[in-house]
Amino acid sequence: MTEEELRQRVTVAKKFMAALPFCHALDMRIDEAGISEAVMSMPYNPMTVGDPDTGVVHGGAVSALMDTCCGFAVNLHPECVSPTATIDLRMDYMRPAKPGERIFAKAHVYKATRTVAFVRAIAYENDPENPVATATGAFVFSKSSKSGKADAPTKSGAVA
Amino acid sequence: MNKPESLQVVKQRRDGVLAALVDSIPYIKFLNISFDRRGDELTAVMQFEDKLIGNPAIPAIHGGATASFLETAALIELAWQRAWTAMEDSQLDADDVAAAGYLRLPKTIDFTVDYLRSGLPRDCYARARVNRSGRRYASVHVEAWQDNRARLFAQATGHFLMPRLNTGG
Repeated sequence: MTEEELRQRVTVAKKFMAALPFCHALDMRIDEAGISEAVMSMPYNPMTVGDPDTGVVHGGAVSALMDTCCGFAVNLHPECVSPTATIDLRMDYMRPAKPGERIFAKAHVYKATRTVAFVRAIAYENDPENPVATATGAFVFSKSSKSGKADAPTKSGAVA
Repeated sequence: MNKPESLQVVKQRRDGVLAALVDSIPYIKFLNISFDRRGDELTAVMQFEDKLIGNPAIPAIHGGATASFLETAALIELAWQRAWTAMEDSQLDADDVAAAGYLRLPKTIDFTVDYLRSGLPRDCYARARVNRSGRRYASVHVEAWQDNRARLFAQATGHFLMPRLNTGG
């Protein structure tokens, strides 16, 4: 994917994201977009608190950010040609998110077959080395048929 | 022998404990989730609202909203079951239950959501089943559906860390 193609893709994805009511409700934003990877974040919001005693954000809200960011990373895969959907997403919660702080999610597609994109993501406040949560997911994926011609398809049968 | 409690008193106590568990959590309010109670059985209900939409083109409920709904159903079911036993055995009311630490929600260790079909712009229902509940760890399975109980649109399984009780019991 050329710089120009990536820019176009990001522009389209940003518009798409802005039109998603649930992402809008949680005030999510796109921070970084690259080939097959993305960083998104959402501000601390008292409405998303899951534990009123500590003010810690509900895991479900972090999960929503992770799911969105993973889907966005799939959209940024060079061979992605149609909208994606989550097949499954596993969240591992390492520690409570710090109350009052913006939460970031960083996702990357580590493998895409003709039909499935496998994605990993982490959530953190400021240090990716100290994650709040990690996620692993499988997403619906359709590879462009054109790309098959360009980089001669492998016949190893390694495609799931 | 104690006189049996009137139905009204029993209902009030049970509904009071459930409300104490659910009503203080902002994210549950934000998602418009409520709980239907039949005896000890809970059904979580997420009333549809436009803000829950993820993809307006289909339109479908955002996977994150679905995940949040399922995780909430699992957490409340776990806390509710433990509180139920204490409440019924010792006829505790909401204040006693709170004092004993039953209203502290378990902490999610991991949670895996299986998206079976897209969530339609309708109300969602979920029921959680506690498959194992030890003193520290619990394993819970949740099923969610919309119009048809047999056609799940999502299911999930997760592990939880149980909060310690004040009474040590």
